[in-house]
Amino acid sequence: MEHPSAAHEGQHHPISLYLKVWGYLFLLSAMSYMVDYLHVQGIVRWTLIILFMLLKAGLILSIFMHLAWERLSLIYAILVPPLVLLVLVRIMTIEANYAFWTRAIFMGGGG
Amino acid sequence: MAQGIRDREVIAPTLREIAADWSADQEVFRQTHWGKAMMWIFLLSDTFIFSCFLTGYMTVRASAVLPWPNTAEVFALSIGGQDIPLILIAIMTFVLISSSGTMAMAVNFGYRRDRRKTAALMLLTALFGATFVSMQAFEWTKLIEEGVRPWSNPMGAPQFGASFFMITGFHGLHVTCGVILLLIIAYKVARGHYDRTGDYSAVEIAGLYWHFVDLVWVFIFAFFYLW
Repeated sequence: MEHPSAAHEGQHHPISLYLKVWGYLFLLSAMSYMVDYLHVQGIVRWTLIILFMLLKAGLILSIFMHLAWERLSLIYAILVPPLVLLVLVRIMTIEANYAFWTRAIFMGGGG
Repeated sequence: MAQGIRDREVIAPTLREIAADWSADQEVFRQTHWGKAMMWIFLLSDTFIFSCFLTGYMTVRASAVLPWPNTAEVFALSIGGQDIPLILIAIMTFVLISSSGTMAMAVNFGYRRDRRKTAALMLLTALFGATFVSMQAFEWTKLIEEGVRPWSNPMGAPQFGASFFMITGFHGLHVTCGVILLLIIAYKVARGHYDRTGDYSAVEIAGLYWHFVDLVWVFIFAFFYLW
């Protein structure tokens, strides 16, 4: 089956594509900086930070690292394993809550 | 109905392709340069290292009883007698993004066999990287002078110092290694080494590493500095 693989011949994208992505990355960084500068708080702040972060990561991965043009096998091998980390994050959230309340209740709030 | 047919036409062959790649006697990453596949696997393992740091940071921050320092104030700089919050980190972010942009173009010119432009853009990338590390050194000096240590912190939770030095230190180490790698590859490009071998993949592989360093910074910027 034919596959639009980059293979050894390399990729021939116009330079303007990279400049455009560069511009988007600048814009997204500036916007996430503005979130802090304008003192956006609470759930809106966290949503915006995560949104801009994921958009930036997606642009870097797909265009700059050429992942958008790689074989699907390689893409899955790279993107699926990190999803397991969400389990670690969940476990550590429970652990952190436990440690926090243990400190607050039994150690008089001391460090 | 039409949707179903299209799904079968589009999804089924791609799934079959994955099955064929991973099944008996096949190379999984066919037509992919071995060095590139290895770099991706290294980067995957590095992803787990940085994820462990960031998860560890999340854990100590969520369990800290003392207040967490306000990063916007900690990393403020006074320019013209006015305190601008987080400005140092914003500049560092723009420097690193610019270095990623020049690196992407270097890879592109590498595949066009344009020796001079590739080497020049790689040197520019290394320069941006060195600038980033210098600004980080400045940031470390500033915080150390203010009394922040890996085990204590005059502004509140002692865990702040531990997380800060660990995460930014490890990232800075990666940037430093990247600068050295870029300089070596740029030197070889300039000397025409890859014109003789006819294979410019080394530029793309170095580029992957460099973009990854930028990618990690995106997450550090969001979770450590902005959160």
